[in-house]
Amino acid sequence: MNISLKSVLFASALAFASPALAAGTAPNGMPLADDQTFTYRVLDEHSSVDPQIVEDVSGSEIVRDLFEGLYNQDADGNLVPGVALSHTVSDDKLTYTFTLRDNAVWSDGKPVTAGDFEYAWKRLADPETASPYQWFISVMGLKNGEAVMGGEAPVDDLGVKAIDDNTLEVTLASPLSYFPLTTTHASTFPSPKWVIDEFGADWTKPENIVSNGAYVLTEHVPQERSVRERNPMYWDNDGTIIEKVTALVINDENVALTRYLAGELDRTEVPAGQYPSLKAEYPDQALSFPRLCNYYFNFNLSDSGPEATKDVRVRKALSYAVNRDIIVDNVLQGGQFPAYTFTPAATANFEVPTVDYATWTQEERDAKAKELMAEAGYGPDNPLSLTYLYNTSEGHKKIAIAVSQMWKQTLGVEVTLENQEWKTFLETRGNHDFEVARGAWCGDYNEASTFLDLVQTSSGYNDAAYSNAEVDQLLAEAKSMDDPQPNYTRVEEILAEDMPVIPIYHYAGVYMMSPSISGSWPVQNVEQNWYSKDLYKVVTE
Amino acid sequence: MLSFIIRRMAVAIPTLLVLLVASFYLMQFAPGGPFTSERPLPPQVLENIEAKYGLNEPTWKQLVNYVGGIVTEFDFGPSYKYKDRSVNDIIAQGFPVTLTYGTISFLFAIVIGGALGIAAAIRQNSWLDYFAVGITIGAQVLPNFVMAPILILIFSLWLGWLPGGGWNGGQWNHVIMPVIALSTSYMASIARLTRSSMLEVLRSNFIRTARAKGLPERTIIWRHALKPSILPVVSYLGPAFVGMVTGSFIIDSIFSTGGIGYFYVNAAFNRDYAVMMGLTILLGSMTIMFNMVVDILYAWIDPKIRL
Repeated sequence: MNISLKSVLFASALAFASPALAAGTAPNGMPLADDQTFTYRVLDEHSSVDPQIVEDVSGSEIVRDLFEGLYNQDADGNLVPGVALSHTVSDDKLTYTFTLRDNAVWSDGKPVTAGDFEYAWKRLADPETASPYQWFISVMGLKNGEAVMGGEAPVDDLGVKAIDDNTLEVTLASPLSYFPLTTTHASTFPSPKWVIDEFGADWTKPENIVSNGAYVLTEHVPQERSVRERNPMYWDNDGTIIEKVTALVINDENVALTRYLAGELDRTEVPAGQYPSLKAEYPDQALSFPRLCNYYFNFNLSDSGPEATKDVRVRKALSYAVNRDIIVDNVLQGGQFPAYTFTPAATANFEVPTVDYATWTQEERDAKAKELMAEAGYGPDNPLSLTYLYNTSEGHKKIAIAVSQMWKQTLGVEVTLENQEWKTFLETRGNHDFEVARGAWCGDYNEASTFLDLVQTSSGYNDAAYSNAEVDQLLAEAKSMDDPQPNYTRVEEILAEDMPVIPIYHYAGVYMMSPSISGSWPVQNVEQNWYSKDLYKVVTE
Repeated sequence: MLSFIIRRMAVAIPTLLVLLVASFYLMQFAPGGPFTSERPLPPQVLENIEAKYGLNEPTWKQLVNYVGGIVTEFDFGPSYKYKDRSVNDIIAQGFPVTLTYGTISFLFAIVIGGALGIAAAIRQNSWLDYFAVGITIGAQVLPNFVMAPILILIFSLWLGWLPGGGWNGGQWNHVIMPVIALSTSYMASIARLTRSSMLEVLRSNFIRTARAKGLPERTIIWRHALKPSILPVVSYLGPAFVGMVTGSFIIDSIFSTGGIGYFYVNAAFNRDYAVMMGLTILLGSMTIMFNMVVDILYAWIDPKIRL
């Protein structure tokens, strides 16, 4: 079986290396391949391609190709001009004035104006739109945002205004150092009012849609494929190389891998646990790189939570007894990172603070854990019993089993594992009807507050119901600081001291990717905000 | 015959209504809702969205509005998950796909299954019989979620003959594997049913009489034995046909065909109420309709039932 797998692969590798000399040279100096189509797998049908409505990752990937916001990200995740060329900030840090390029046009030939952004942002905030991402207005901190979202103020009060066609003025409620980062988010992209007015909810259908990005939507067969092709009206069409991008919906990751190996796809996810063997067999195709996501366990600190874990010694003991290296190296096996802090190390401008237990060896952590457990009054004659709740999935189950074994062996804790279907799980966890529950978060923007804000008392995602006035204070302060690192360091230290959650690991993106395209893939972009216009395929040997 | 059909129709409509009301209420029992998400929506946002879709009304009122929409405008409502599509869009796009591969699978299963069954019965205890019984048992124990990935492995990866998935407007090479994976177990059931009922008929008195008259074997089989022996098969075909044309979650998710089977199961996971209801009604009416067709066929084949 191995032999024939390899021979097929060899054949497909030959196909990639089609001999004819390509039309040009890639930005990295290699000759471009003749075939400039990119086909990748998505797990599920996207929710929408309407910038203000889309709520899922695969939909946002498409929206980033179809539409262009004020700023884009480069391969490292830095801001680069999109429709906006630059911006200025007022002295009170409340007003941002963006200068828009004058050569940006919609796919129907109309110029892209500041008014299109004003319309889109107001559309996002408008309760009438009922966008699932309406809350992003709060993340952006726009003036009067809360009142507009609640329907208490007219939409026109929102802090965004087109001064003229090429000048957009944004007013914030209070200074927010990372505000420009939010403009790469799909929900802030412009939308064409005249098309939405004409077609209503049908405006995103391929036959109706008008967009301002490097690509236009040419085909969409729900639950099968969506195709986007070059937009000749795009201002940087000459700098765009990939001709056609196809997203194929393939629910089963193993089938997707088979189809990748059969040469039908340029990119697919590596199924859990298969990275080491694939890396050995296809060293130039199996890729792993850091992602801006964390994985952790929540303790239930609310009134409905168990008494035992309200004792910080128990929480610390349970955290110390988790051998993160085993989780990462033996369970996940995909290049993930052991986590001792809530915020991933990959986060931009974030320096991982040294929290004490991260520097210990696992033996030291285990010894300390036993000590703390005994202090708290738990031992062989009085074992602690806990229920761990997770949503049904093979990967979560493996971690649950591994951790429950560690707790059992090191601390004698009796763990009951409970899994629930996704929505039921969300409901149970949201109602604080659990003892210990799984949690995970991917950053909405590349700054530590996207993670740390979750442990604020008021956060809607604070499932641990953790509340610490100092943390709240530090995080509120950080919003307007030029260098909030000291506050973030302090918050992480407090988290290590209070242990309301157990950080388990930080994510890695693990893919099989065609060697022809992987050279242009932005592996350094931890948010994985990739733009097809920056990709290209080269001739490979 | 006409009054028989009318009688059956009169029962079908209340059945469908009961199905509709029961599903509508059952659906609301599942914890969570269409807008429960990893990041809980602020209460205000959730209120806006629920108001937009009328989900803030009492359940009975939602039901009345829903049925009203169907009766007056044939509108099955919006999808809460796929916001730029309506349930009508989803059915219009997915049902033809499912209908295509379902019907082909059905015909495939009947022809191959029936032929195998008849051949096995006529040549009972010969190598042909053992062969037919062997492959039908094999086909029945191999579930399609195992067979489908194996087919892809063989025909797409190793041989490179067929695309590993997608539908591509129903192009023939995209249809082959879904049809094989879907029809195999039905084919096996049909073959076994046909074989056993044929064997039973061949041992009955009127066949012995026919043989005694000296009729040629061919006439005995086709003229006398076939019709009575397909009766049990026909009763199986109704549900089997519905089962095939209403799609399969497994076929749709493994071969990415875009049929309604996947939408249906996923709608339940997503709490996409309107999609779930729309497809329940579609599948429910198909089940009722084809059971009725089977009853009519039955009556036609076997006059005793008409009485």
